[in-house]
Amino acid sequence: MTFLKLLFRNRLAALGAVVLGIILLLVIVTPILPLQDPDVTNTADRFMTPFSDGHLLGTDHLGRDLLSRLLYGTRVSLAVGIFAALIAGTIGSAIGIVAGYFGGRTDNIIMRGVDMLMAFPYILLALAIVAALGPGLFNALIAVAAVNIPFFARNIRGVTVSLAGREFIDAARLAGMGHTRIILTELLPNVLSTIVIAMSTTVGWMILETAGLSFLGLGSQPPQADLGSMLGEARSQLITDPHTSIIPGIMIFLIVMSINLLGDGVRDALDPRLRSGALTRPRAQTLVNRGGDVPADDRKGILNLQRLSTQFHIGPRIYKAVNEVSLYVNPGECLGVIGESGSGKSVTALSVMGLVPSPPGVVTGGAVRYEGEDLLDMPFERLRQKRGDNVAYIFQDPLSTLHPLYRVGDQLKEAISVHHKVSDKELDRRAIELLKSVRIPNPESRIRNYPHEMSGGMRQRVGIAMALANDPEVIIADEPTTALDVTVQAQILSLLDDLRRERGLAIVFITHDFGVVAQLCDRVAVMYGGRIVEEGTTADILDKPAHPYTARLMACVPELGGGKRELAAIPGLPPIVSDLPPGCAFAPRCDKATEACTQGEIALEGGTHKVRCIHPEEEVA
Amino acid sequence: MTAALKVDNLAKTFSISGGLFGGQHPGVRAIRPMSFEVQTGETLGIVGESGCGKSTLARMLVGLLEPTEGSIEIEGKALDNADPAAFGRLIQYMFQDPVSSLNPRKTIKQIMEAPLKRLYGMNRAERDARIDEIFDSVNLRPEFLERYPHEFSGGQAQRIGIARALAASPRIIILDEPVSALDVSVQAQVLNLMRRLKSEFNLTYLFISHDLAVVEAVSDRIVVLYFGAVVEIGRAEEVFSNPRHPYTKLLADSAPVVGRPLTAPEQKDSELPDPLNPPPGCAFATRCPRATEICRDRDPALEQVGDDQFAACFHPL
Repeated sequence: MTFLKLLFRNRLAALGAVVLGIILLLVIVTPILPLQDPDVTNTADRFMTPFSDGHLLGTDHLGRDLLSRLLYGTRVSLAVGIFAALIAGTIGSAIGIVAGYFGGRTDNIIMRGVDMLMAFPYILLALAIVAALGPGLFNALIAVAAVNIPFFARNIRGVTVSLAGREFIDAARLAGMGHTRIILTELLPNVLSTIVIAMSTTVGWMILETAGLSFLGLGSQPPQADLGSMLGEARSQLITDPHTSIIPGIMIFLIVMSINLLGDGVRDALDPRLRSGALTRPRAQTLVNRGGDVPADDRKGILNLQRLSTQFHIGPRIYKAVNEVSLYVNPGECLGVIGESGSGKSVTALSVMGLVPSPPGVVTGGAVRYEGEDLLDMPFERLRQKRGDNVAYIFQDPLSTLHPLYRVGDQLKEAISVHHKVSDKELDRRAIELLKSVRIPNPESRIRNYPHEMSGGMRQRVGIAMALANDPEVIIADEPTTALDVTVQAQILSLLDDLRRERGLAIVFITHDFGVVAQLCDRVAVMYGGRIVEEGTTADILDKPAHPYTARLMACVPELGGGKRELAAIPGLPPIVSDLPPGCAFAPRCDKATEACTQGEIALEGGTHKVRCIHPEEEVA
Repeated sequence: MTAALKVDNLAKTFSISGGLFGGQHPGVRAIRPMSFEVQTGETLGIVGESGCGKSTLARMLVGLLEPTEGSIEIEGKALDNADPAAFGRLIQYMFQDPVSSLNPRKTIKQIMEAPLKRLYGMNRAERDARIDEIFDSVNLRPEFLERYPHEFSGGQAQRIGIARALAASPRIIILDEPVSALDVSVQAQVLNLMRRLKSEFNLTYLFISHDLAVVEAVSDRIVVLYFGAVVEIGRAEEVFSNPRHPYTKLLADSAPVVGRPLTAPEQKDSELPDPLNPPPGCAFATRCPRATEICRDRDPALEQVGDDQFAACFHPL
């Protein structure tokens, strides 16, 4: 149902569907329409123009009724095209799946064979096949199907290769399934949509190819009509009686256009990447739509988030990812933001510099002040200047943040030259200096490396060097060590710690790991369900957690040195932010929850140690 | 006690074709010859960083990858994966990514039925009864059976993964980073469930992870891998509190621990040796503070260094 809805949202696809539907309906009912026999010749009535008596579309060079020939011919052409697509699709997909699934030598042999087939110009190949088999509609069908097999084989093989490496295929093998069964029940359902897409986009092409063969006299044989042979027969009267060519020409045009429009629509609706809106380009800056008043500047820290709210509007649902979050960070300070997936910690970080993709993200309230200036209502050009220059980011996966096709040195230099006009020589010097400052050995040769030539730890160092490129005042690090090994993590953390002491950097460090927070951060904010539930100095939070969630979460973390033991767990699942319960979001999982916890707003209260709880574990000061 | 799993001189070399004009390359040794045993009912933890060969080892043990050398014995019998049905009844694998290990186009019921049908040839009634039983023991609601994998959270999907592995009634389950994709609060739920199931079904676990604290909390003994080789084996409570191999100590010191000040245990370039061109001696020698001439020259063998503790080092701590 959603598929049809998506399909018809695309106007052109809908138009294609309507046109194709009318044509299909016409050819299906053709035998019962009161038409003249398409093959009966009447040379007395040759070349009658359209709209003559008894011949709505006129007659051809043998006086046969063109309307009747057109409809019967379309019938034949459509049937041949569709059958050819089905045959090519079935054989080609089978070859592709087998090659992709078995891989190795099988794949090599099959695909080289397919390559050889593709090396011939397709029309020559089709001519050769028809020449060998003899002219005729059926042989033309075989030829058209055969020349299209490589297209399907290559397409489907590509998809299969990526699926065959997936874990569920291994799981099926361990469940005792044989190869045939895995191919039929595990792989085929997953590649079916690709096959359908490939077929819907090639049917039109195959109709054209069949028409081409018929035009050359190798397809349908007289007196049988198909669109190609009609064109071929009308060729000599193109100037004197153009309607005999134009009528089948228009029909071919309508069929192929409508099939292609519909095929493109089917592809867009079925392809999961397109469906998720990957092709809609997000705005350069998160949409800001603040309903209420902008909070007055309370002059805290260098970066100050005041009651920031960010939501995602997807269809009818509203995801309250960040809900009135207030945070600040002082120069030289490291603020930890800790939370589980879906707690809103990353969205908070991205909201600061307007990096949340819009649509669907919208900042719905609050202020983000950098040195007192509100970043949310700043014109984009000024915000862009501040990105990287004043506030820089370090992301989790350096492999996906570095461009794979440029040398790391060039990427560093670009980061500098965007903000500062300096000479090439100076850029080189600075890039090497930056790599040196993040302790990359041999920076002079390393600037010429591509990202894939470096290890994960080295790449993350480059990521940090890039964040430092313009000497920012604030660095926002979003799980920068999560993808790294422990020994590398320890080095990166101590590097960040040194940098903030040397340069007076303010760091906002987002993580899910209490061990990391304990070692690096001065203050910590704990997030749950898009809100801050507890905030205080690191010592306060770790030694005297006041919110039951903080206390329970810390108990879940196994610590090294404890030996084999039962681990503490929190029952239930984190909340979904489109459907937050009233009151405390943690109440359904909390053993201290009472009636009052599920009613109304609970305030974040306290001095340096704040907690949002009616029944805190500890009294906060 | 009999050994549930015995690995003898197991090794895996991935061959690299030198291309059309290239010469013969000896290949990449992902796993260098290693031997260990796992007793019935035991949990053996396997730790190591990325590139140490953890996953290659696991895939060989479950027959998804052919070993180059050595043998694998399960309950005294040499591993024979010619018959996938017989093999699947002995050993099962639990995957790291809970969602990608479930076929997105199948319902949970279809996924659960596959091992029962293929491995045990059960009929519909028997299958339904067995699935009910398993779902009950992993705390999943029966109405989940009609749903598709994308409808589940990571923790639920991982429990479905456990249920599928249990459906084969295996003797041994290989757990490959089973909780690293899960949130901390959910991680403990899954770990505790696995512990309960182990005693309930008398299972033997091989628990592979990069998270030292998690491995220590669930394992009886721990194997530490570095660059495709075992560098230390010992009892879980000993290995990290009293490491004998310098690499184990480096690992233990690197894990962030609440209440320990931040120190980088090593400032040197922590790259692994080039697998295409491995050094002649100990693979850890370039990073090791205790390395001497002999370390760069010869490969140390695994030797007993304490009660039930073995380390491959010329200068154990």
